[in-house]
Amino acid sequence: MPNNEATNTNQTIDRNSVILEMKDITKTFPGVVALSDVNFCLRTGTVHAICGENGAGKSTLIKVLSGVHPTGSYEGEIIVNSEPKVFNSVKDAEEVGIVCIHQELVLVPELTVAENMFLGHQPNHRGVIDRARLFQETQDLLVRLGINKEDAPPDILATDIIGDLSVGKQQLVEIAKALSKDCRILILDEPTSALTESEADVLLDIIRGLRERGISSIYISHKLDEVMEIADDVTIIRDGQYIGTKPKSDIKKSDIIAMMVGRELTNQFPEVDHERGKVRFEIKNYNVYRPGTDRKLIDNISFQARQGEVLGVSGLMGSGRTELFSSICGILPNRSEGEVYLDGELLNIKSPNDAIKNGIYYLTEDRNRYGLVLNMSVLENITLSSLKKVSKAGVLDRDKEVAYSNEYVDKINIKTASNDVKVSTLSGGNRQKVAIAKSLLTDPKVLILDEPTRGIDVGAKYEIYTIIHELVNEGVVVIVISSEMEEILGLSDRILVFSAGRLGGEIDISDASQVEIMKMATGFESDG
Amino acid sequence: MSSKSLGGAGIKAFIKKYAMMLVFVVIVIFFTIMTDGIFLQPRNLSNLFRQMAIIGVLATGMSLVIVSGNIDLSVGTFLGFVSGLASAGMVWWNWRTPAAILLGILVGVVVGFLHGMLIAYLKLPAFITTLGTQFVFRGGLLGVIKGQTVAPLHESFVFIGQGYLARSVGWIIAIVATVLFIISVFNRRKKNKQLGIQSNPIGKDIVKIIAFIVVVFVFVYLMNIYEGIPVPTLILLGLSLLYTFIAEKTTFGRSVYAIGGNSMAAQYAGINVNRVITVVYMLSGALSAVAGLIMAARLNAGSPQSGLFMETDAIASAVIGGISMAGGTGKVYGALFGALLMASLDNGMSMMNVETFWQYIVKGAVLVLAVLFDIQSKSKK
Repeated sequence: MPNNEATNTNQTIDRNSVILEMKDITKTFPGVVALSDVNFCLRTGTVHAICGENGAGKSTLIKVLSGVHPTGSYEGEIIVNSEPKVFNSVKDAEEVGIVCIHQELVLVPELTVAENMFLGHQPNHRGVIDRARLFQETQDLLVRLGINKEDAPPDILATDIIGDLSVGKQQLVEIAKALSKDCRILILDEPTSALTESEADVLLDIIRGLRERGISSIYISHKLDEVMEIADDVTIIRDGQYIGTKPKSDIKKSDIIAMMVGRELTNQFPEVDHERGKVRFEIKNYNVYRPGTDRKLIDNISFQARQGEVLGVSGLMGSGRTELFSSICGILPNRSEGEVYLDGELLNIKSPNDAIKNGIYYLTEDRNRYGLVLNMSVLENITLSSLKKVSKAGVLDRDKEVAYSNEYVDKINIKTASNDVKVSTLSGGNRQKVAIAKSLLTDPKVLILDEPTRGIDVGAKYEIYTIIHELVNEGVVVIVISSEMEEILGLSDRILVFSAGRLGGEIDISDASQVEIMKMATGFESDG
Repeated sequence: MSSKSLGGAGIKAFIKKYAMMLVFVVIVIFFTIMTDGIFLQPRNLSNLFRQMAIIGVLATGMSLVIVSGNIDLSVGTFLGFVSGLASAGMVWWNWRTPAAILLGILVGVVVGFLHGMLIAYLKLPAFITTLGTQFVFRGGLLGVIKGQTVAPLHESFVFIGQGYLARSVGWIIAIVATVLFIISVFNRRKKNKQLGIQSNPIGKDIVKIIAFIVVVFVFVYLMNIYEGIPVPTLILLGLSLLYTFIAEKTTFGRSVYAIGGNSMAAQYAGINVNRVITVVYMLSGALSAVAGLIMAARLNAGSPQSGLFMETDAIASAVIGGISMAGGTGKVYGALFGALLMASLDNGMSMMNVETFWQYIVKGAVLVLAVLFDIQSKSKK
C-alpha cells in the first residue's frame, strides 16, 4: 500500500511556487486537433502526473513542452519561472532545464555507462578524453542520485557496457544522463512500462529523491498505482481536452479512471466463469540453452494448459517467460530440447510457420517491432498469417481479404477509418487488436499472448480482456504472459510463476495473491 | 494565416511527390531544344524505347529485390555474362536460338538461387555478396568470349533485340489492351459495389480510360510512323505487366512487401522469409538474363563491354520510379518510368555528342539525387 509520509512540504523549497505553466495550448495536425486549449501548471519540486487514454494528447503535450514541436507550430504559451519561452528545438528546451526521457531509450548499447552519460561533452584535455575523470564523475553522479548506495557495492558501474545491463538499469542511466545536464524539470514518458516491479520501485525512489532536491518531474504513466504512489498533483486530459488538475490527496484511483474515460468504470476486469475442460497443450522437460554454451536459459520446464481456462504466466523480467514460449514456437534460434504436445500429439516445430500450421500462435510482446508491418494496411496485416486462406493457387483473392478483415474489424471492434489505412496511423490499443485479428484468422488452437495490454489505455484493455474470455469460451487454449500483477490476477484461472529460468510454482486463482506469486517468483533467486 | 501556410505545404508536397516527373520534363525539353527537335521525332523515340528495354527489364527485376530490403550489384556484369554466353554458344558451339534463350534464362535462375542461398540462408550482407559476384561475372564474361567480340548471331535471335512488330499487329495490341483495360475498370466497379466499397466517381474512371486510350494509341501511332513497335519494348511491357501482377496480386508478392516493411514481423507471422528472398533473387536473375539476351541481340554480338556499370542504371531507375531503398514500398511498374528517364539521358547525351566521361558523371549524379529525394520524402513525413 502506498504510504503518504512525504506529502508535507519541508525545508527551503517553496512547493507552492509555480515553475512551469503551459497556457491554452492548441496543436493541430492536418485533419486532427491533437490538443485544444490545454492548460498545465507545475509546482516547484513536485511530481505531477499526466493521465489520459492512448491518443488523449499526452505525448503531443510533452512534445510541445520539450521543443520537438517548435514554438509557432502550435498556439498558446509556455512560461518558465514567470518568463514566456520560445523553443525552436529540443536543445532550447534543454537549456532552460527541461529534459524529456522518452519511452524508447536512446543509449548506445556498445558503449560504457560513463561514455553514454557524457556523450558529446566528455571531460577532456584538448580533445583527448580524460578517462579517469570521466569514470570518477560518473560514479559520483550515480551515488549522488541514489542509484548506487554510498556504503554498499554499486549497482551500476561506470565501466559497465550498456547493452549488458537490464532495461531497468538502462532507464536509470538515462535519467542520470538527463541530470548530468542541468535539469530542473524532468519529463518521464511511461518510464516503467518495460520494468519489473522491483526495478520500478527503485525508479520511484529516485524520483522521490529528486523531489527532495527540488527538481520537478512530469510523470506520464498508465499505471495508476504508481501515479497514486508518486504524484503530488494529477492532471487528466481526454481527447485533446483539458479535464482537470487535482491534488493527489483529493482524488482516488477510480476518480482518475472516471475522468480519463469520461464514464464510471466499475470493473477493470470482466467477470466470466469458465468451464474447465481437458488438457490440450502440454510441454514436457523443456530446456533452452544460451547461445553457444551448455548453460541453460530455461531449465527443465513442464506444464499443461487446459481447454476453457486462461493460463497466466507470471515472473520477473528475465525469468525466461518470453524465451520459453518463443522457443516453443520456433522463433528463438537458441538450441532447445523438450517435447511439445497438442491434443496428445507430439509436434515438431522448427519455425513460426510450423507453429502456426499446427495451430499454435505466439503474439509478441513488442507489436511494433515484431508484430506488425506498420507501413502496410490494416487489411494486409490481418491477412498476413493466412495468405493461403485468402488466395487460390498463390493469387490473392481481394474479395476474401476484404470479407475476412471486415469480419474481424467488426468482431473485435478495431477503430479505424478504413481497412486500407496504414497500421501506423492507429493507436496502440487498435494496433494490438489488429495483431490479435491476424492471429485469430489462422484459427489457432493455442493462442499465446505476450504482454497483450502493454502501453494500452484502460478502455482498450477491458476490450482485449473481453476478447480473451470469448476465445476461451470458443474453446481456444489461451496463455497470457504478463508483468502486471493485477492483470495476471484479474484474468487468469491458473497461474504459472517463472523464476530464473525454472518453474517457480503453479497456483490456482482461488489461492493466488500478489504475495504468494512474488514468493514463487523470487524463491529460486538465491540459486543464481 | 494557417490556410496560407497549408497551401504552401501543399505545393511543397506536390513538388516532392512529382519531383522526378518534373526533372524528366525538364530533361525532355532540354534535349529537344539542344537537338533541334530531333529528340522527339518518331525515329529517335523508337530508338529510345528500344534502349529503354534493356534498362527497364533489369530495373524491373531489381525492383522486387529493393522492395524486399536487399540489393543486387551484380546485375550489370551478369547481364554481360549472359550476353557473352549466348553469343559464344551460338557462334562457337552451334546452339540454336531457343537453346540460347532457355539456357541463358536457366543460368539466371541458378545464379539467383545461389545468391539467395548466400544472402538469405547464410546471412551474408547482400551488398558485399553481390559486389563480389559482380567481379565473378565480369571475369566470366571475359573468359567465355575469350576477350573478343563474338559475332554474328542467328537472325532469329537478333529479332528479339532489333525486330519490329508489323504495324497491323501493333494496332491489334492497342485495341486488345484498351478493351481489357475498360473491362477491368468496370469489373472493379462491380466488385466494389458487391463488397460495399466506395468506387471512384464514374467521371474519374472515364478520364482514366480516355487517358489510357490516348497514351496507347499515340504510342502505337508514333512507333508505326517509323518501323512499328520494337520487339524488345514489347518484351519489357509484357514482363513489367507480369511482374506487377506478381507483386500485387500474389501471396508471394505480398510476402515480399511484408519482408521489406518488417522482416521480423513477417517471420513471426509465419512467412518463410529465406525462401521468399531466394525466389526474389531467382526472378531477378531470370530478368537480368533476359536483359542480357536482348543486349546481345541488339548488338548482334557478344562484347567484352556488355553490361558494364548497368547496375547503376537499374538501381537508379527503380529509385526514380518511387521504389524506396528502405524497402517495403513502391510500385514495380515505377521502374518503367525510371528506365525511361535513364534511357533518355543516355540517348539525349549521345545525340548531343557529350563525351563519355560526362555521361558517367551525369548518370552517377542522377542516382545520388534520386536517393536524396527518396530519403527526404521519407524523413519529412
